[in-house]
Amino acid sequence: MIEGARWRKWVFFYVPMALFLLFLLFPFYWMVITSVRPDGELYRPWNSINYNPFWTWKPTADHVRYLFEETLFASWLWNTTFIALASTAISLVCGVAAGYALSRLNFPFAGSLGTAIFITYLVPQTLLFIPLAEIIRNYRLGDTPWSLILTYPTFLIPFCTWIMMGYFKAVPKELEECARIDGASRWQAMLYIVIPVAIPGILSAGIFAFTLSWNEFIYALVFLSSPEQKTVPVGVTSELIRGDVFYWGPLMAGALLGSIPVAIAYSFFVEHYVAGLTGSVKG
Amino acid sequence: MAISAVSDTTLREAPPPRRHRLLEDERWLAFVLLVPTIVLLGMFIAYPFMRGILLSVTSSRVGMPGDFVGLANFYKIFNDGIFRTSVYNTFLYTGVTTVFKLGLGLWLAMLLNRNFRGKALARAFILLPFIIPTVLSTFAWKWMFDPTFSVLNWLLYHLGLITGRINWLGDPDLAMISIIIVNIWRGVPFFAISLLAGLQTISPELNEAAAIDGAKPWQRFWHITWPLLLPVTMVVMLFSVIQTFADFQIVYVMTGGGPANATHLFATYAYQIGIGTGLLSEGAAISLAMFPVLFLVVIVQLLYIRRVEVR
Repeated sequence: MIEGARWRKWVFFYVPMALFLLFLLFPFYWMVITSVRPDGELYRPWNSINYNPFWTWKPTADHVRYLFEETLFASWLWNTTFIALASTAISLVCGVAAGYALSRLNFPFAGSLGTAIFITYLVPQTLLFIPLAEIIRNYRLGDTPWSLILTYPTFLIPFCTWIMMGYFKAVPKELEECARIDGASRWQAMLYIVIPVAIPGILSAGIFAFTLSWNEFIYALVFLSSPEQKTVPVGVTSELIRGDVFYWGPLMAGALLGSIPVAIAYSFFVEHYVAGLTGSVKG
Repeated sequence: MAISAVSDTTLREAPPPRRHRLLEDERWLAFVLLVPTIVLLGMFIAYPFMRGILLSVTSSRVGMPGDFVGLANFYKIFNDGIFRTSVYNTFLYTGVTTVFKLGLGLWLAMLLNRNFRGKALARAFILLPFIIPTVLSTFAWKWMFDPTFSVLNWLLYHLGLITGRINWLGDPDLAMISIIIVNIWRGVPFFAISLLAGLQTISPELNEAAAIDGAKPWQRFWHITWPLLLPVTMVVMLFSVIQTFADFQIVYVMTGGGPANATHLFATYAYQIGIGTGLLSEGAAISLAMFPVLFLVVIVQLLYIRRVEVR
């Protein structure tokens, strides 16, 4: 009986779990191993003899060096960080304000405004990128970080608002009323009583917004044109491929280094991130 | 002004500045708090949407404002073979990946819902495909699918499953399958983690009670877990359908729509026509052709959420 139970646990738990982890994590392993592999080993056909693709005995830093010396990778990293931080900050300010108004204040059209913001949450970037490109050009924002800092909030604000509404609704009304009886204005009660209580929500929304804007691709691809203005995803895509030639070593090194900042931010706030993710779905 | 606001001001020694008195009115405060959001969303969502519609009924190209042409652009794209292929591809892509993402995601969520050592770590690692910039991780897949240096071919060859190489991205059908695999890979964590959150709200006592009454694991899943999980499942699925239907990055990196325009989706084809060849109006029309389907999904989602909230 006990033997049977152990056997079952392997078949129904350990094996599927291991297969899932293998499937989900192998591409990252492949990214890491490729980025430290010398070119001579990298470009050996898959069916050559005595070839072990999963390990290398001669790790090299050439690809990373190539990235920083021959390309503008450092600028791309800086651009991406700056754009992600700025658009996250804007979205948090707007999202917290809007979330507070929609969840705790009575005013005409509150319901329909909430629905309208929820709908913009569902608008994919690919629906609007062509007219937006024209508008960005008309505002003379093309090829500047501001084209992204101002447009990223369009998909960040709605879900920041959505998450914050959930958190604000959970703050008891009495807390605010006590402060008001003690002489605080509405503005003060919001700023010093309600918002501090909702700080976990702000962290969740912020970390989620940061990763989303770090990962954004199509707006950055369309709005930016000069190599020194690009973000990491666009720079890696357009500058490390020459015609049909892929520089796989530097490409994978760039992919790895471009992923590390989000991975670090994520690892510090896993719980908040998961709360943001599930909150963004459930509201 | 409300009565409470008046009594408030009398409590304080000095009357507050005018600005503060204005903010004591709920409606004014709400207005002030909502203005930045409304301005940004209006400028970069509502306005571009109108521009997009206007653009799609003209003949504009890059740097050339066009003339009004009515529905000519739509007429043109509906008679365009590549556009029809992309419509077919988009539906296929969305349908197949959603089924797999839901199935695998639910399975993974059930596995994660057990107690085992290293659970927190496993959960953190599982989300990686969702966190890491899609374009960057898709490059790792593209490298794995490389025609000459593919590690997958190496694996299949050494497992004795194939004898010659498979040209993953060179064949239209295989290219579509490859793209679908990458999308499933990227989407499963989102499903798994969201559904896990849903599973954790289901009281284990329900399952225990049913087990005592003699319900088999499959019966317990079908009659207890699944109905209770349905609201979360629906919302997660609708979110995912919208994202997948409008997907761009995976196809752009993996195949660029090729070979021979066989793997385009709405978004990649709109990009190729609108930005690649500069036919702005036609590109805008292709993008907008997504709208009816997205609109329908959003309506379903809104109605569903409302129904759940009323209950």
